[in-house]
Amino acid sequence: MTSETPAPPLLELRGVNKSFGPVHVLRDVDFTVRAGEVTALVGDNGAGKSTLVKCISGIYTTDTGEFYMDGERAHIHGPRDAAHHGIEIVYQDLALCDNLDIVQNMFLGRERKSGLILDEPSMEQLAAKTLAGLSVRTVSSVRQLVSSLSGGQRQTVAIAKAVLWNSRLVILDEPTAALGVAQTAQVLELVRRLADNGLAVVLISHNMNEVFAVSDRIATLYLGRMAAQVKTTDVTHAQVVELITAGRTGTLGLQPEEAL
Amino acid sequence: MSTVSTTTPVAAEEAARGENAFLAYTRNYGRKLRGGDLGALPAVAGLVVLCLVFAVARPSFATPINIANLFTQGAPVMVIAMGLVFVLLLGEIDLSAGFTSGVCAAVLAILLTNEGWPWYGAVAVSIATGTAIGLLLGFLVAKVGIPSFVVTLAAFLAFQGVVLKLLKEGTNISIRDNQTVIIALENEYMTPLLGWAFVGIVVVAFAAVQIVSKLKRTGRRLTSDPWQIIGVRIAGLAVVLSVFAAILNQERSRNPAIFGSLKGIPIIVPIIAVLLVVWTLVLKRTRFGRHVYAVGGNTEAARRAGIAVDRIRISAFVICSSMAAVGGIIAASNGRSVDPNTGGSNVLLYAVGAAVIGGTSLFGGRGRVLDAVLGGAVVAVINNGMGLMGFDAWVKFVVTGSVLLLAASVDALSRRRSSVS
Repeated sequence: MTSETPAPPLLELRGVNKSFGPVHVLRDVDFTVRAGEVTALVGDNGAGKSTLVKCISGIYTTDTGEFYMDGERAHIHGPRDAAHHGIEIVYQDLALCDNLDIVQNMFLGRERKSGLILDEPSMEQLAAKTLAGLSVRTVSSVRQLVSSLSGGQRQTVAIAKAVLWNSRLVILDEPTAALGVAQTAQVLELVRRLADNGLAVVLISHNMNEVFAVSDRIATLYLGRMAAQVKTTDVTHAQVVELITAGRTGTLGLQPEEAL
Repeated sequence: MSTVSTTTPVAAEEAARGENAFLAYTRNYGRKLRGGDLGALPAVAGLVVLCLVFAVARPSFATPINIANLFTQGAPVMVIAMGLVFVLLLGEIDLSAGFTSGVCAAVLAILLTNEGWPWYGAVAVSIATGTAIGLLLGFLVAKVGIPSFVVTLAAFLAFQGVVLKLLKEGTNISIRDNQTVIIALENEYMTPLLGWAFVGIVVVAFAAVQIVSKLKRTGRRLTSDPWQIIGVRIAGLAVVLSVFAAILNQERSRNPAIFGSLKGIPIIVPIIAVLLVVWTLVLKRTRFGRHVYAVGGNTEAARRAGIAVDRIRISAFVICSSMAAVGGIIAASNGRSVDPNTGGSNVLLYAVGAAVIGGTSLFGGRGRVLDAVLGGAVVAVINNGMGLMGFDAWVKFVVTGSVLLLAASVDALSRRRSSVS
């Protein structure tokens, strides 16, 4: 999947720092995300994955650091800015309303109207088209209530919701954490398809098999630092595990004095 | 009934193959029922059974005059329940709705009778009072973060005192007969011709909405309900409304020569109909309504979707208290007076009961404005029928309480059922 001449990065973070009071959570983090690729973001608990993602999505503001979209300086001060740049997040705990159907969930907060009245037919059409575009066949009717869906189907809807908005970068926070084997396979297939459709995908995961199955690049956070960002084909399982647990492996990763 | 299709792939395929779409629809409906989504079924079934039981036990129950009474007696509770649906949809509760209606009714009576205001001024101030109360309650719940149960329980007590103060420690302010507009709300009737015209307009409008939306959806190749179902719905509505119109257009006066003629559909019926249609539109067809459901279903998801959750909460309380004010005005018209008990005693429990019996969930996220009307009808029938049967007051209380509990159990069990799948 990786091309030898990589496209210019869709999103580039340079020297991002973030502290909560005395706790320095992110230290000079550089992070690059390319269109058409799945970038896996891995790291131990507390390494700063969630914080980094929340900075990208505008939920947290960074203390220092620069954002570039398509090589141009971008400013993200809130979720709306992120949405404006085409950045969408699929949360781990699925931000879906059980009592609404698939269409209603996909358009939640951004409903289409004709006059004062909701434009249901056009929303339903677009939702169905989006799901079809992602080759989703597991969902039978877009007017099903979300409460009647399985975990994998819900995750599918959550991802489709993120794709609906002409998004360019989709961030998935452990999308398979709560799923069974078959459903995990479905969701991973969908993740791969997003990237193949030209989107940039950031996948947060703890599961190395998953990471090696779908990702093009792996970015490893270690205690708030970016230990390494490498092509998936260039590293082995063991090396990534070492990066996660020790911050370095051989010549890769943080230098010993840095790591301490 | 919303026009939203819930056709499953199986049903869709059958329809595509030109097989019996009607059967597919009914099968799908059965599937929905088994899934715990009972909709209006319990309320409608309960209503039919209760009416049959009372009609057999007490022939006077099914007389035109009593049926007219049912509508006027049930109206205040129905209107208050309509507002409560919005609060219940959020998973909140408003225990003060009853006495809010009492306060607003007292304001109305004072302005009309003591101050001699014109009806429109008094009604406007009365509803504005309700709106202000809703703003206060909503602010305390949404911004200060006090549980709605506590806020409205406190308001329940306080408003009881406010009513006493307004009515000078328990005097009764009557609405004079020259206040024709207010009195007419609950005591006047449409002429038979106007009544039939009303029925005609409602049926034609309903049919038009159903057919236009069906055509729009088929035009976009979206699944839609089969024509047979739409036909059944329209015909069903036409039959039910016609039967009621025919009954209510009969002469109800015992001696028209002496007491004057008494026939026609009560004025309150079209008022309830308009409120029902307006609030249903707001809830089902506007962005605001969609957001109310979203906040009730998953507050966190709603917040992440960029919905101003606090504003939705406050709005729901404003709607609830404002509708309580309207209910108070109707109650004042019904009793032709306001006393410290207006909106008190069991009004609130009847209203909450009405919404829940109709199918609105106490857990939030599920409910319709129609529930308030159906449930309100059940409550009114129980109240009225048991009165006719000559039961003591205590039996009425116990039975109504039991029905409320039964409805809440159905709600809780169907919720558990739908979360299992």
